[in-house]
Amino acid sequence: MSSELLNLFFTSFLETLVMVGISSGVGALMGIPLGVMLNITDEHGILPHPVFNRVMGLLVNAVRSTPFIILLVAVIPFTRFITGTSIGTGAAVVPLTIAATPFIARLVESALREVDTGLIEAAQAMGATDGQIIRKILLPEAFPGIIAGLTITVVSLVGYSAMAGAIGGGGLGDLGIRYGYQRFLPEVMAAVVLILIAFVQIVQSLGDRLVRHVSHRGRILQVKT
Amino acid sequence: MIKLRHVSKAFHSTSASSVHAVCDVSLTVSAGEIFGIIGRSGAGKSTLVRTINRLSLPDSGEVIVDGRDLLKLDTRELLAARREIGMIFQHFNLMSSRTVFDNIALPLELIGIPRKEINEAVNKLLALVGLIPEAHRYPQQLSGGQKQRVGIARALASKPKVLLCDEATSALDPETTRSILDLLKRINRELGLTIVLITHQMHVVKQICDRVAVMDAGQVVECGSVLSVFRSPQSNVTRSLIGDVISSELPESVLQRVRRRIDGRDGDEHPDHLFRLSFVGNEVDRPLLSEAVKRFGIDFNILHGQIDEVQGQAFASLTLLVNASKESLDGALALFKEHDVTVEELSHVL
Ligand SMILES: Nc1ncnc2c1ncn2[C@@H]1O[C@H](COP(=O)(O)OP(=O)(O)OP(=O)(O)O)[C@@H](O)[C@H]1O
Ligand SMILES: [Mg+2]
Repeated sequence: MSSELLNLFFTSFLETLVMVGISSGVGALMGIPLGVMLNITDEHGILPHPVFNRVMGLLVNAVRSTPFIILLVAVIPFTRFITGTSIGTGAAVVPLTIAATPFIARLVESALREVDTGLIEAAQAMGATDGQIIRKILLPEAFPGIIAGLTITVVSLVGYSAMAGAIGGGGLGDLGIRYGYQRFLPEVMAAVVLILIAFVQIVQSLGDRLVRHVSHRGRILQVKT
Repeated sequence: MIKLRHVSKAFHSTSASSVHAVCDVSLTVSAGEIFGIIGRSGAGKSTLVRTINRLSLPDSGEVIVDGRDLLKLDTRELLAARREIGMIFQHFNLMSSRTVFDNIALPLELIGIPRKEINEAVNKLLALVGLIPEAHRYPQQLSGGQKQRVGIARALASKPKVLLCDEATSALDPETTRSILDLLKRINRELGLTIVLITHQMHVVKQICDRVAVMDAGQVVECGSVLSVFRSPQSNVTRSLIGDVISSELPESVLQRVRRRIDGRDGDEHPDHLFRLSFVGNEVDRPLLSEAVKRFGIDFNILHGQIDEVQGQAFASLTLLVNASKESLDGALALFKEHDVTVEELSHVL
């Protein structure tokens, strides 16, 4: 493999890292509070608010059910507004974050739902405020589930980021398509796939390890997407 | 300490039907006593105690704890009032992400007590419930009895005046139940804590309660000292909870023969009578029955008997099928009454 190609692999990998890293980070910053809000405004939550819950739920579902390749193009005006450009790695981060946020919100909501209602009741009996219930009970108890959810998100974003090539986002997926497919270099394609497999494996096992480390419950955590 | 006046609570399901979980309940629990609430599943016990710390908001009535009407408090006052009411649960409700130590510290963290004071307080509580060696383990690694001890320590952390126990021993084996009840009794004595204890097990009431209310279908059907409720249960629910409804204890074939004898269909000179005698305290030791046989010449057959301890006193009940002439019977009954034995005729219950 030529050093030029090696370099390309390296920059593409970095681009993937940047896209996945920033979008999952910003997605978590927005998605976790959103997930908390979805959970607490639920009919059985600590601050039920059916209208807010319904509207948020619809919004989240709408974004989640839009195919990413369409989302990518549909949000171009917004992307340009945020980053000043509609192409490049930076620009790809915007739609990736938009996709990641509701994804994380749902995973967080479902992790929070796993927290025993008896525990919330116990906290209320202690005189905990709603804010304390969220900070001291809900989030710590759901923490392993939230980590598991974030792991899933990162893995999914690796897949999404491959489509970022459509708006010049670069990354490994794009490299695979341009060299492997369009220039008939199947070994590049194979290398890309192998690197992605290895990357996802590492992310997943790190995530699993972290979950095991922070979880003091005997049972396997279930996360529904 | 706790006064409930005409408390009612209904749950409205999505359909037109609604469940009246608690209907017009009035109760008074005095400071320092252990008050039991017993009833079958679905009787409304949990809903009722949950009104005491307003986890469940009654539709109407008054809930007065330590002189304050809980229903009139604003949110901040309510949170403060709840700190004076500890609660423990059937399924313990401990945080799996915190160690035993940190679980007990939680209520103190919520109030914003400095770390150093928290550590001192928690160490004392660990000693009180006998969990010092387990301090840094997670709930997952504890037995049910140990988990409930953590629950108790946590409930006591904010120095409450009242402790509510919702089926606190229902998930435990008999031996562990006994040790948890002993602990509650000790706390009640040493800290002067008022305890309200829900259960569906009569032996729990028998072991530690001073007074008991019996609930059925959202209402209190009977309320009084445990001994009096045991000696002369007024309602069928109570009887069945005590386990002395004859028909539930005797095999059907025996029951049929007993019914024939009571109806006088067995060809005897006198029809038989079914009695339940309850003896308390020293009367348990007296040979009253043989005295009755010698003096009045009655014939009897023991169908069922049990001896128990209620509030530290021996308590025995005997179910007898008695055959005697009218005079002999009256004489024997008078003898029993004279010695403070409660006699209940059960012939009609069959
Ligand atoms: N949140 C709720 N929504 C609707 N119905 C409820 C709710 N909580 C309780 N109920 C109903 O109220 C009635 C009384 O319930 P409660 O839990 O107080 O009974 P309980 O005596 O504590 O029973 P158990 O011994 O099973 O705990 C039941 O018929 C129950 O179905
Ligand atoms: Mg209950």
